[in-house]
Amino acid sequence: MLDEQRFGADETPCLSVRHLSKRFGAGCSHCLEPGAQLNRNVCPRCGTVHAVRDVSLEVFPGEIVGVVGESGSGKSTFMKCLFFDEEATEGEVRALPYDGGAANLLDLSPQQRRAVRNTVFGMVYQNPYLGLRMDFSSLSNIAEQMIAAGSRSVGVMRGRGEELLTRVNIPLTRAAEPPRNFSGGMQQRVQIAKALSNNPPILLLDEVTTGLDLSVQAAVLDLIQQIRRDFNVSMLVVSHDLGVIRMLADRTLVMLDGRVIESGLTDQILEDPQHAYTQQLVYSLL
Amino acid sequence: MQQHYNYAFFDEASKREIRRAIIKGVSIPGYQVPFASREMPIGRGWGTGGLQITLSLIGRSDVLKVIDQGSDDSVNAVNIKKLVADTTDVEVTEATEEATLIQSRHRIPERPLRADQILVLQVPTPEPLRSFEPREAVTRRLHAEADYTGAWLELFDQIVRHGTTTTGADHPVLVNGRYVMAPSPIPRFDNLKLHQADHLTLLGAGREKKIYAVPPHTDVAPLDFEDYPFSVERFDGKRCRLCGAEGVYLDELVDEATGETYHQCNDTAFCAARRAAREDAPSEGSWEGGRHA
Repeated sequence: MLDEQRFGADETPCLSVRHLSKRFGAGCSHCLEPGAQLNRNVCPRCGTVHAVRDVSLEVFPGEIVGVVGESGSGKSTFMKCLFFDEEATEGEVRALPYDGGAANLLDLSPQQRRAVRNTVFGMVYQNPYLGLRMDFSSLSNIAEQMIAAGSRSVGVMRGRGEELLTRVNIPLTRAAEPPRNFSGGMQQRVQIAKALSNNPPILLLDEVTTGLDLSVQAAVLDLIQQIRRDFNVSMLVVSHDLGVIRMLADRTLVMLDGRVIESGLTDQILEDPQHAYTQQLVYSLL
Repeated sequence: MQQHYNYAFFDEASKREIRRAIIKGVSIPGYQVPFASREMPIGRGWGTGGLQITLSLIGRSDVLKVIDQGSDDSVNAVNIKKLVADTTDVEVTEATEEATLIQSRHRIPERPLRADQILVLQVPTPEPLRSFEPREAVTRRLHAEADYTGAWLELFDQIVRHGTTTTGADHPVLVNGRYVMAPSPIPRFDNLKLHQADHLTLLGAGREKKIYAVPPHTDVAPLDFEDYPFSVERFDGKRCRLCGAEGVYLDELVDEATGETYHQCNDTAFCAARRAAREDAPSEGSWEGGRHA
């Protein structure tokens, strides 16, 4: 079915991913067959790792879509492919805010990809060391993407940086300090401020609360809710924590061995899981 | 001259390889050309990059001047001069206007250079993005894609932390609208002398094995922000104690006997020439020939 038939004019997906795959290894005639039997996600003949297999999803404006799965299920690799940290092997990614969804983002030149990273996506990594420059001041971290997008005014960037730091509850007296000096929760909040610097329409959140203590987790989740409400940002949230998914996500996809095995409304998935793995996942929720 | 070495120390094949790198550097202003940096009789980090450029270019009709921190007489300058003179028999000079080839560390002479002069600068760290990104493979890609966020970010970070950019020397410049380049640790005062200069500037980094160039009449623009414009060191109201020059780059020194501070020209040859001229014709006047006068 064509997109125009499926959705109304105001219901076009903000981000649409079709048949995205990521392989580590060349693949062989055995594992490249559509219904190939793999040893989990590894080809028994050639050893190729099929980290992401044929994943399709859509994120609508203002919607939060969750991706759950155990460690090694391919959810982080999937996010990295979207943010160009990893090169996807095949597939299509289209973003409405970039060019109306005309181009497959995976075919763009490095310069165009940089523009997408700087203006369309904001990424928050599980490990703040991946997303922040620990030796630069927090304000500089927030300014980085603005500089990359062409801003050359210190006053404007400082103003925006201070606005965002206030927003994520970092005292401005510490704005000139490098995140290295901060606690894990503060680092994560600086990372969120950084991801928001250019007002990106789509946020990619990879295990944002993992490793934080419960009260800080709650504060970060609260912040994400506020951001969605105030800026109408679409989000893709990856987590292995079903509590986080239940609190944030409108719709959820369950990944196992690189594949999406189940998808639907979050409540449905949590209350009435269909796939054996999802059932196991839900019932093991403490 | 007793011929213990080939002319100018190097074998001809080495000179040719270095000249080829130089030509490429001149063709792509500001681009760092890798080259096979040779073992030299001085240690890496003591000017081997500049020395290799000098040796590969020098010919019998050249006149050589070597400066270290503005001085013709410092140990490093004297030793480099001696090595080149011993292996080439070229004439050496301290007078900037007489030299055809000027190797320098940290300064561009006060007297504007002419089109028939070549300035060779010794470079410790040729990569302007190095402190932002330690991996060479990545910085090369950033240059290829003209992604200079890192160079701007460094300056922004300095402003955030200290209220001003703190690049005392080696302030990054955009060359010919394309490559961001480390101009070697020359003071900001000298950065603007590279812009649309009449002379050719060659930069050599021996330890890092890179050669790059600013050809004559090339745009060189220091990086800065709209609300924090680039500025050079200022010496308002100060003049050289020896020759009285104003509007030049001055060293601040302390008289150990009296504890007083005083200023003196950093470019010793420039200062000496002014004093010699004063003895001939005792008319006093501030130096107007420099670009910042």
